[in-house]
Order: sequence, then structure tokens, then C-alpha cells
Amino acid sequence: MQWRLRSSCKEKKKMRLTQGTFSYLPDLTEAEIRGQVEYCLRNGWAVSIEFTDDPHPRNVYWEMWGLPMFDLKDAAGVMHELAECRKARPNDYIRISGYNREQGYQSTMLSFLAQRPPEEPGFFLDRMEAADRQIRYTIRPYAAQKPPGRRY
Amino acid sequence: MAMGKQDGQGQKKSRWSAGVTPYAEMGYYNADYKPKDTDIIAAFRLVAQPGMDPVEAAAAVAGESSTATWTVVWTDRLTAYEHYQGKCYRVDQVPGSDQYIAYIAYDLDLFEEGSIANMSSSIIGNVFGFKALKSVRLEDLRIPPHYTKTFQGPPHGIMMEREYLNKYGRPLLGATVKPKLGLSARNYGRVVYEALRGGLDFTKDDENINSQPFMRWRDRWLFAMEAVNRAQGDTGEVKGHYLNVTAATMEEMYERADFAKELGSVVVMVDLTAGFTAIQSMAKWCRRNGLLLHLHRAGHSTYTRQKSHGVNFRVIAKWMRLAGVDHIHAGTVVGKLEGDVHSVQGYYKTLRCNRTEADPSQGLYFEQDWASMAAVMPVASGGIHAGQMHLLLHYLGEDCILQFGGGTIGHPDGISAGATANRVALEAMIQARNEGRDYLHEGPEILEKAARHSPSLKKALEIWKDVSFEFESTDVPDAVATPELV
Repeated sequence: MQWRLRSSCKEKKKMRLTQGTFSYLPDLTEAEIRGQVEYCLRNGWAVSIEFTDDPHPRNVYWEMWGLPMFDLKDAAGVMHELAECRKARPNDYIRISGYNREQGYQSTMLSFLAQRPPEEPGFFLDRMEAADRQIRYTIRPYAAQKPPGRRY
Repeated sequence: MAMGKQDGQGQKKSRWSAGVTPYAEMGYYNADYKPKDTDIIAAFRLVAQPGMDPVEAAAAVAGESSTATWTVVWTDRLTAYEHYQGKCYRVDQVPGSDQYIAYIAYDLDLFEEGSIANMSSSIIGNVFGFKALKSVRLEDLRIPPHYTKTFQGPPHGIMMEREYLNKYGRPLLGATVKPKLGLSARNYGRVVYEALRGGLDFTKDDENINSQPFMRWRDRWLFAMEAVNRAQGDTGEVKGHYLNVTAATMEEMYERADFAKELGSVVVMVDLTAGFTAIQSMAKWCRRNGLLLHLHRAGHSTYTRQKSHGVNFRVIAKWMRLAGVDHIHAGTVVGKLEGDVHSVQGYYKTLRCNRTEADPSQGLYFEQDWASMAAVMPVASGGIHAGQMHLLLHYLGEDCILQFGGGTIGHPDGISAGATANRVALEAMIQARNEGRDYLHEGPEILEKAARHSPSLKKALEIWKDVSFEFESTDVPDAVATPELV
């Protein structure tokens, strides 16, 4: 694992996108990813794979690697699709999600990163000074300054 | 108390002759009454004064919480009084005690639509100081969907909050900024920044931080939002700080909330002490403006803690779900504050489920159908730390917020390290649970393994390993459940 947890300010601060359920753990191994996929399937949730080269926290709609796998029962199918997605998008963020269509939920129940780019440049925090000491903030992924396909 | 029984001649007095008629005989006790689906039903725990018949005491509660006064009034006869009378239909002795549980049904016409102030004034407004009773406690309410549907409920609810924050599959993490009082706005923002960048989702104003001489609210807003935005840039995650808008008047609360919105905060908070009406007003404001509403239950223990007298917290939980908050503090099981494990699990169910069945072991007296009203995120806060993560997850589940104040800020390597320790511990425990491991019993090993790649967690486990708060609860359900490992 390249990245180390920042236990104090003395350690070198390196950007690591911490979206997803397991971003503070070392990147999950294949067996660990499969373990989480099996958890989703045991619960009857539809597993889906999505990828992006724009990790802005408000970028909700990542590209779908096919439809959610509603009828899939075996984790091997998800692992196969994940391998295909990685081949096609070797430098993008990839996330795996479990979706519960039950009334009262109709939402994602688990969502974790299954791939991240080798280099994560992070975000630029832009401050625009306004009246009355107010500041208008916005963050921009450094990578998203470039056109799609050339970001990572 | 002269709950008159007979007239001077030893004759039973007629219902309508002037003077005092026992409440039970005036229709406030009716063992044959079958509650309607639309009735609100209350369970009161009461102890009558010596010599007082418990049924008459229960009827008195029904009377005084609906139409009655101490003496007969002829003006009752101008009304369809049978309809408006609260009806006690069942009185059960609590085995081995002088306590009785009285069940009282109220017709829906007794209540104004969508008003917690009205419902609470009716049901608890007048009976708690009644001399004929030694003590009385409102244990639970069954609120029918017909009434529930007249309330807005939580501005967003658990699922919407998760989609808004893009955080799934784990409890959210928070911390209250400490010291609670005295920090300047600039120093306060430092705590917010360090905690959020280290891995927490939220930080929080405490209940008593409003706008004092050492830090005015507007300055806190500005520095806290600088901190929130920096942390979002550092992590690529959505973060929030509960800005406490509690103030002396609604006008001031709206002014503070409006400024929070203008600065882009995702959440504001209000204290229970602001009052039910202020909370309902903020709930509407939050629905209108898209901010989450956090409620700190400041002051509740003054009336929720004693088993014999007051209002059980599960009633407050129901009222606050109707009033419309997205978060409410509801107990930790393992922390420093009062909360028996089974009762707390009952509160969490009350806040989160769409339908709950009666379950005496968790203190739930009635079934409750929420008719698709959004759920409230319970918040566990007060004396909890990373080393208890397996217990917290087991008892409280996934849809909650775990708030580690001292357990974040008190970390020897700093606030950010404290935050990271909590987040690593949480993610490791969720991972283990999902993999099907017996995480409740293997918890300490799971944490130790996770600490191998996290120096922050390692240190947190060392420093807090022996901290627990094991005291007897003052309030436990009557029904005994199987003991559990805490």
C-alpha cells in the first residue's frame, strides 16, 4: 500500500479521496471486494459498477458500467465485470454499490471504491471574497481541469 | 382529596347534581370501551395516594387530560361529552409494586392537526401536579396514521440525508467541539477543521453554545464554514458542522439559519429547550431550504429519567419525529449518560422504523404505524470511544450517528488523529460484519488488526482501553429481557 494514514501533522500529507465506505482502510484486496459483494447479494441487493474521472463530491452520476445486476446471484459475475471495467478504465475511480429497492429504502445501502488512480492530485479550494467578510467557496478536482479521457 | 363518593344522606349522587362526582362515574373510566383505530392511546404509569382507588386515579388522569374539572359543570350538557371525554379502559398493576399502568384513549377531535404543542398540552398539560396522585409518568403513546399524516415530519429523513451526503453503509461520525464554552471563533474553527479532515463527517456546536461574549454567532459561522470547506477540499467528501441556531426569539433563529444557508452549510441545529413550536418552525424552514435539522435534547433528563414520574423519552422521540427533525440524540448504551440497553433500542426503533410492534421488553407499549413518515437518524453521544466500536455497532446498528467528542479531541496525537482512529475503527468493524464475522465477540481483535496499519487507532485503543461507565440504570422496562453482554 502506497498511502499511509495521516496519524499526525508530522506525517507527509498525501491526497486520498475518502468517499466510499472503506476509504480509511488499505485498498481492498480481491478477496475482500468479493466478501463485500457477497454481503450485498445475501441481502438481495442489486450490485452495480460505476466509474468516473471527476471525483467531485457532488458528482452524483458516475458512468454506469452496464445496468445494475438485478438478477445476478453469484459474486463471480461481479468480479468478472469489475475486471472488464478495470481493463477499459485503468486510471479511473471505480465504485461498487449495493442497491435495495425495498419500500422505505429505495436507495444505495453500501458503496465503496474498488479502484483509484495511481496519482490523486486532489482538489483546489477556490475562495472568492465577498462583502461582510463572507467567502464563497468552491472546490475543483485538479484532474477535471483537463478534458475527459486525459484526466488521469 | 375529596373525590366525593356520597351525598350527605348516604345516597349515591346523580351524575349531574352539583358538587363532586367521582371521575370514574362521570364516564372517564369505561372497561368496555374498545379504542378506535383513530384514537390516540396513552399509557400512564401512576401511583395513587394512600386510600385512593387506582381506577379512580386513572379516571382522574383521563378526565383532567381531556374535558374534566374537579366539580360537575352543567355546561358539559351542552356538548356531546361522551365523544370528547378521555376514556381509561384498562388499569393493570405492575407486579410487586404500588404502580399501575393506565391505558387511556382520546378521540382525535381533541387535538389540533399538526401541533405538538397542542397534543402535549392536552396529554401532559394538567395532570402531573395532581394531588390525588403520588406520581405519574407518560410511558408511551399510540399515534394513529390519521393524526401522523397531519405532520410534516423530518425535513429529509435518513435515506435522503445519505444521498445528500453521499455516505452509505456505515454510521456517520461526529464530534462536539470542546471545551463547550470559552473558545474564540478562530480557535473553534481549528477544532472543526482538524476533526473533519481527520475523517469525521460532522462536527457539532454544543447545546449551550449560542452567541456569548467570548464568541458571537456570526463569527463562529464564518470560521466554521472555512473549516468545513477546507476539509471538503482535503478529502473530497461532503462535510458539515451543526450550527446551533437556538436563540431567544424565532426572528433571531431565522436570521441565524438564513446566514447558515447563505454560507452553504448542509445542516443547522436546535435545542429541545427552544420549545416544540420553535422546533416545528425550524423543521418547516429546513424542508423549505434544504438543510438538515439536528436536535440536541437539552434538558430532557429533568423529566425523562425517573421511572415513577415524568415523560418517557420514547414519547419525546415520537413527538420529535412528528415535529420533524433529521437527527436526535437518543442514547449510547455504553457511554456516560443514562440509558438502559433495551429502552435505548426501543427509542432507536421508534425513530427509524416505519412500523413497530408492541414489545414490553423494549418498553414499547403499543404498535405504531408511521405511515411512511421519514425516519430520524438517532445520535449516540457522550463518553464513547473507538474501543467500543463493536458494541456500538451491535446495539445501535448502522443508521445512526456516533459522536465522539472527548474520544476525538482528547487523542494524544491531536484532533485529526483522533478522528482518523474513529473512522478506521468504524470501517474495519463494518467490513468484518459484512464478511459475516462474529464481530461482537471478536471486536477487540478486529480493532487490534486494524490498528496495525493505523498508528492513530493504536494509540486510541491504548489510552481508552479500560474506560467504561457501568452504573445501574434508574429507568428500565418492567418486562425482563435476557441479559446481554455490554
